[in-house]
Amino acid sequence: MADTPFIIQEHQFQRIKGILARVCVECAARAVFLVDRDGQPIAFHGDIGDMDTTSFASLAAGNVAATSSMAKLIGEDVFPAVVHEGEHESIYISVIGRSLLVVVFDERSTLGLVKIRTKRASHEVANLLDEMSRESAVQAAASNTFFSEITDEDIDSLFS
Amino acid sequence: MTFINYASREINCKIVYYGPGLCGKTTNLQYIYDSTAPQAKGKLISLATETDRTLFFDFMPLELGTVRGFKTRFHLYTVPGQVYYDASRKLILKGVDGVVFVADSQDERMDANIESLYNLEENLQSQGYDLATIPYVLQLNKRDLPNVTPMEELTQELLRKDEPVFEAVATTGTGVFDTLKAVAKQVLTELRKG
Repeated sequence: MADTPFIIQEHQFQRIKGILARVCVECAARAVFLVDRDGQPIAFHGDIGDMDTTSFASLAAGNVAATSSMAKLIGEDVFPAVVHEGEHESIYISVIGRSLLVVVFDERSTLGLVKIRTKRASHEVANLLDEMSRESAVQAAASNTFFSEITDEDIDSLFS
Repeated sequence: MTFINYASREINCKIVYYGPGLCGKTTNLQYIYDSTAPQAKGKLISLATETDRTLFFDFMPLELGTVRGFKTRFHLYTVPGQVYYDASRKLILKGVDGVVFVADSQDERMDANIESLYNLEENLQSQGYDLATIPYVLQLNKRDLPNVTPMEELTQELLRKDEPVFEAVATTGTGVFDTLKAVAKQVLTELRKG
């Protein structure tokens, strides 16, 4: 049996977007993403241009998964943050429970600023994710009513 | 873990293609990618070695359409098949909603199939899943080659429950979409069951 679905309600999504928008401004970042540790994108804010956000989320999660396993091999429990510094663009990934806060920034910002501002937002994101996780279990039961209405024909039509 | 976003009205699911080295997992994804309309797919990301062997994973997002007003997006992953990449395989199974086991039908790969399937069961268990209950499809690939094991013999060795079984030739696309459809259908049916 797979896990219980993770359900994001409209008001929670707007709150996440609000936090990401604020982090983006405070960090003078190009874009900020919230990604599940299994690679599912949750929300983003900022200048993404034609970036493939789904692939970006998957690779960010893969990156953290690999470095977390490396941490365990050297006796660390987890690396709470992962940084990639480029010539013009850089990425800062902060691990928050089962999610990742990913900040993409350029020369207009600094790693120090991003670290400080992200840390402050992390608690808020963690609390919201906890709340969403708790409510998901309750909502899963309610949404079953909705999803139980899906018919075989609905599913077959996806492949027609 | 299926993600349901009521704000963007999206359902996101994760499907993993598993199997021994060189069985055709990446070829399955490549065929799906090549045969899908541009608006329905994202990039095909391949983290491969210089000799095109999968190093970490291949990934492509695929949008199938809407169910009751919800966009359904499947995130397709492959694992590296080579035995010594086991740590990577474990990571990729995290949050999985459905698994396709791609078996190599050639006689000489039977042991590799059995070992890989055993490894799948073990790695699923270590992530808290059970092959007996997770959406699962068995694909018998490379059926066009001359030295293949008969289907009955393969299923006798590799069948784990009453999972759907498909004969395939991933290079030409035979059985590729039937396999994907079968696992996607099971994932959505699970969602319906709750």
